[in-house]
Amino acid sequence: MHKESKGSKAVKILLISISVIFVFLMLVLPLITVIAEALKQGFEVYIKAVADKYTVKAILLTVEATLCAVAVNTVFGLFAAWAVTKFRFKGKKLLCTLIDLPVTVSPVIAGLIFVLTFGRQSPLYPLLESLDIKIVFAVPGIILATVFVTFPFISRELIPVLESQGTDEEEAAALMGAKGFTIFTKITFPHIKWAFLYGVVLCAARAMGEFGAVSVLSGHLRGKTNTLPLHVEILFNEFKYVPAFAVSSILVMMAVLILIAKSVVEYIGKRESENVR
Amino acid sequence: MKNNFVKISVAAALLITGMTGLTGCSSEKGEASGSVDSVSITNVSYDPTRELYEAYNKIFAEHWKEKTGQDVEITQSHGGSGKQALEVANGLEADVVTLALEYDVNAIRDAGLIEDGWVSEFANDSSTYTSTIVFLVRKGNPKNIRDWNDLVNDGVGVITPNPKTSGGARWNYLAAWAYADKLYGGDEAQIKDFVKKLYQNVLVLDSGARGATTTFVENGQGDVLLAWENEAYLSIQDYPDDYEIITPSVSILAQPSVAVVDKVVDDRGTRDVAAEYLQYLYSDEAQRIAGDNYYRPSNADILQEYAGVFNLDINLVTIQDFGGWDEAQTKHFADGGVFDEIYEKSE
Amino acid sequence: MKRANKRVIPGFGLSMGVTLSVLSVIVLIPLASLAVFAANMSLSDVIDTITRPRVLASFEVSFITAFIASLINAVMGVVLAWVLVRYDFPFKRLLDGMIELPFALPTAVAGIALTSLTADTGLVGGFFSRFGIKIAYTRIGITIAMVFIGIPFVVRAVQPVLEKLDPAYEEAAVVLGADRGKIFRRVIFPEIMPAVFTGFGLAFGRCFGEYGSVVFIAGNKPYETEITPLIIMSELQEYDYSSASAIALVMLFASFLILFLVNLIQIRNSKILKGGN
Repeated sequence: MHKESKGSKAVKILLISISVIFVFLMLVLPLITVIAEALKQGFEVYIKAVADKYTVKAILLTVEATLCAVAVNTVFGLFAAWAVTKFRFKGKKLLCTLIDLPVTVSPVIAGLIFVLTFGRQSPLYPLLESLDIKIVFAVPGIILATVFVTFPFISRELIPVLESQGTDEEEAAALMGAKGFTIFTKITFPHIKWAFLYGVVLCAARAMGEFGAVSVLSGHLRGKTNTLPLHVEILFNEFKYVPAFAVSSILVMMAVLILIAKSVVEYIGKRESENVR
Repeated sequence: MKNNFVKISVAAALLITGMTGLTGCSSEKGEASGSVDSVSITNVSYDPTRELYEAYNKIFAEHWKEKTGQDVEITQSHGGSGKQALEVANGLEADVVTLALEYDVNAIRDAGLIEDGWVSEFANDSSTYTSTIVFLVRKGNPKNIRDWNDLVNDGVGVITPNPKTSGGARWNYLAAWAYADKLYGGDEAQIKDFVKKLYQNVLVLDSGARGATTTFVENGQGDVLLAWENEAYLSIQDYPDDYEIITPSVSILAQPSVAVVDKVVDDRGTRDVAAEYLQYLYSDEAQRIAGDNYYRPSNADILQEYAGVFNLDINLVTIQDFGGWDEAQTKHFADGGVFDEIYEKSE
Repeated sequence: MKRANKRVIPGFGLSMGVTLSVLSVIVLIPLASLAVFAANMSLSDVIDTITRPRVLASFEVSFITAFIASLINAVMGVVLAWVLVRYDFPFKRLLDGMIELPFALPTAVAGIALTSLTADTGLVGGFFSRFGIKIAYTRIGITIAMVFIGIPFVVRAVQPVLEKLDPAYEEAAVVLGADRGKIFRRVIFPEIMPAVFTGFGLAFGRCFGEYGSVVFIAGNKPYETEITPLIIMSELQEYDYSSASAIALVMLFASFLILFLVNLIQIRNSKILKGGN
């Protein structure tokens, strides 16, 4: 902590209050609405909604899709960040842009493109049909859509950090004869581990909540291709507002669990690095 | 050396995609139908029928068990009628479709999944129950809304979904058109003007019928909701002290359509159960379930049993008065059609 | 020196290979099928479709609201990231944890919760309606929904960079007698600039394409509050794949352009930074 003048203290208080008010209005209030609505008719109704057979199936499907998305995007993100920041090549800007593109593609379009690629109108469809592989309106489609919408999340967290870190250390290590894998684990990864963690958290949180693209691809088959967000929508459309908010609150809790796990890892990590010093 | 890298990388990529595929496929196993003691079918339907089919599926399962000794499991899918039709046309495996419009079933036929002549496969043009469009107003009817012409008054806030995205909203629009048609004796310019005024009073144009109901009921927007009759009764049931139903002098006979998806049932070997599923909708028992869910049973005798519930004197036009769905669609709802025109000029 | 760079660090082929293959399977091939479908129309048809007054008006609505929302997000994102990294205060962890929640909450639920809050009958909307300000079912409502879904992008892009930023620079600047504003402008801002742009770009793209939460709060009146993704949805309802693809392509192109500009600025910026060092 460096010394603070009076002026900077005022700035500090001002900035903190702005942040707190903003977060309260924009993020906390909607959440309170969700939880308040979920518990409106008491705890029993809540438990009943959460323990419903279809809800449980939806939770399992959501977890499956989220894990797949995180796995694929982790592998991709690490390689892509390495390729983009450690080397110079033509078309780097184009590549970066293409990696980012999925986030900015409207979820509606994201669903549409997979329907066009793997649906009945596609030239690929007869092949898929003869192999008896179902992609659209089945679980693989949901996973694909989830991977798509969270595609750049991990690489995007890593690239700015690696970018500002430069390549000097890796170059030195490589000149001293270290192998690629060693360079990565010993030199690069310690720099990016927090960014990496943020990326995984973002990716997982976003994957759980994805609605638009999955909605186009799922077919809404109850108990088969319904993820949690879709199940929420179904409950809303049945005018079952309380169960709908109850199921939404499961998503909120899952997110909170991930965030707690993140904080714990972060805390342990920071303490260790302090001990080393 | 570089070649090696490329090889490795391709292998890695294949592995990843393979993994994704496998995790998906593994959970898909074991749901094929056709074992001796159980069978499963999928019913792709539209939004407001959830409660209806939940009840119907139970009695059908009993009926089928009695008849064949097989257990039947029915998977439901609900959504906007047009969207559902589109998904079936794109490969969503539905054994039967029960949609809001004949037009939507025709779209599946055009994709080659349903054979021509499906309309005459079941009684009453393959329409097992009907419904109509009514007004839902706030208790006491503070704006004194009695008929369609009250909706164009200044200061009346109307809630209806967008006809471009909602099948139900097309019925709303056509019902208003039918009223104006009678009022002005077919003078198209005046009819358009009337409908345009009505849509100028629309406060929120939701994308679906259920969304519009939420806007009106939960968020308190507007003075009148144009709604399916059954949806209006459901709202009354949930909030008996807050709303009233007003039946206009003219409305439209909405005939939701049912059909067996020929290609799918032939592939899966489920034709018998799928056909029986739709046929049994005409049984007295099923007709009463429709009535209990505020749909008008197509069986005239059973409809009479519900004379106390429904206003049976309402003057109903049908889609045939508009020349059938294809014509109505092209004239009113296609790009550059009358509905677009109405909004274009109000700018 | 730059050429030597490429040879020194190993793993170029592998990381590029993985990056490109995954990118193709998940992003490029599906997007290409969109172009194929739009190509079914002649160019003049495409132009007719995308220049229909309603479509143009929806572009305007989507663009303006997304732009304002991303600006708000950029400013608030930097403030939040700054507060989270530099200050210590009670419940900081909680505040930190809240940031990802907009991701986890399904967009449809967020839309419904925000609508019920900001409608005339809601908590926030009731307050503002006393001053004659309507939030839900206007462009303000759309903007608020977009701020909600876009905020994590900027915060999470800026935060890691700020964390890595060595306070020694600032301390040196303080010792040299620079005032706070100057420090921020000269020392901190250039460092976080690329990250802010990344966050802004991603938030903009996401807001521009957002469907799930916006349809509930927008009112969807043609020319006033009808967003482009909704138009695409209605084209799909009419089985008009070609028009939908054409409009989707315009959106795609717009987000691509914005991302490309952002990446351009970012890469140029990091070059300047490196040159300066």
